Amino acid sequence: MARMKFLCDAERCIECNGCVTACKQEHEIPWGVNRRRVVTLNDGVPGEKSISVACMHCSDAPCMAVCPVDCFYKTSEGVVLHDKDLCIGCGYCFYACPFGAPQFPQDGAFGLRGKMDKCTFCAGGPEPDFSAAEFRKYGRNRLAEGKLPACAEMCSTKALLGGDADVISDIYRNRVLKRGKGSEVWGWGTAYGKPEPKPAAQPGATKS
Amino acid sequence: MRTALIIAAGAALGLGLAGCGEKPAVTVYKQGQYQGKPDMRPWDNASFKGDKSAWEQQIKRRNDGQNEYARATPSAN
Repeated sequence: MARMKFLCDAERCIECNGCVTACKQEHEIPWGVNRRRVVTLNDGVPGEKSISVACMHCSDAPCMAVCPVDCFYKTSEGVVLHDKDLCIGCGYCFYACPFGAPQFPQDGAFGLRGKMDKCTFCAGGPEPDFSAAEFRKYGRNRLAEGKLPACAEMCSTKALLGGDADVISDIYRNRVLKRGKGSEVWGWGTAYGKPEPKPAAQPGATKS
Repeated sequence: MRTALIIAAGAALGLGLAGCGEKPAVTVYKQGQYQGKPDMRPWDNASFKGDKSAWEQQIKRRNDGQNEYARATPSAN
């Protein structure tokens, strides 16, 4: 199996925010944290384009490179995850991420920044699958249920595709050939343009 | 006086030995190594019982389900 990736088709996204709602509902995300959001370019101008943005689970993830406590790891499916028990909420990953994916919940009465939270590709985290701890810290583990991310599966126009890179690329290629336009995939080159630094490894192995 | 000295020596000895038994309370980070807990593979659970191919088949079915051209007219793609 190839790597798990996201692909957003700006020609199809209608800014319905169904993906955002699906994510919020699936993982019971608190107020102030948006693992996924829809960004509209040239809003109100004819020809405006909307894109659904979240962690893209980059091939050569910059968040992994800058984390001072090395709490990130990449699964064998290419999903970038982190251990919240190690995260110190420093925010370096937020500055490194080209997609603004890392989110920091307000924790406490004085605007104290909590531990980082981000899209998990609905793959949970380093806790036993389907456990209460996994759900509380990382959300539901749909991948272990044999399902794809809720945002992509809920997308009504199928603008947001998520899953095996080979399959979703083929779907998109076929789509572009049929409609004859819109071959540019926003964020694809930024996220997946660089090769994997090393074969993706399970936790315990070295990271990039 | 002698009793007090014995008590003081005993206390000093006790405190000294207690220091030897102290465990490091700070995580020692190894640069470039993932430091967190290990994760499970998505097929290593009660749903798939370690059957990787069953999991891959299920994911493939879901992947293909995103292609509405194929869903509407299976022969079109």
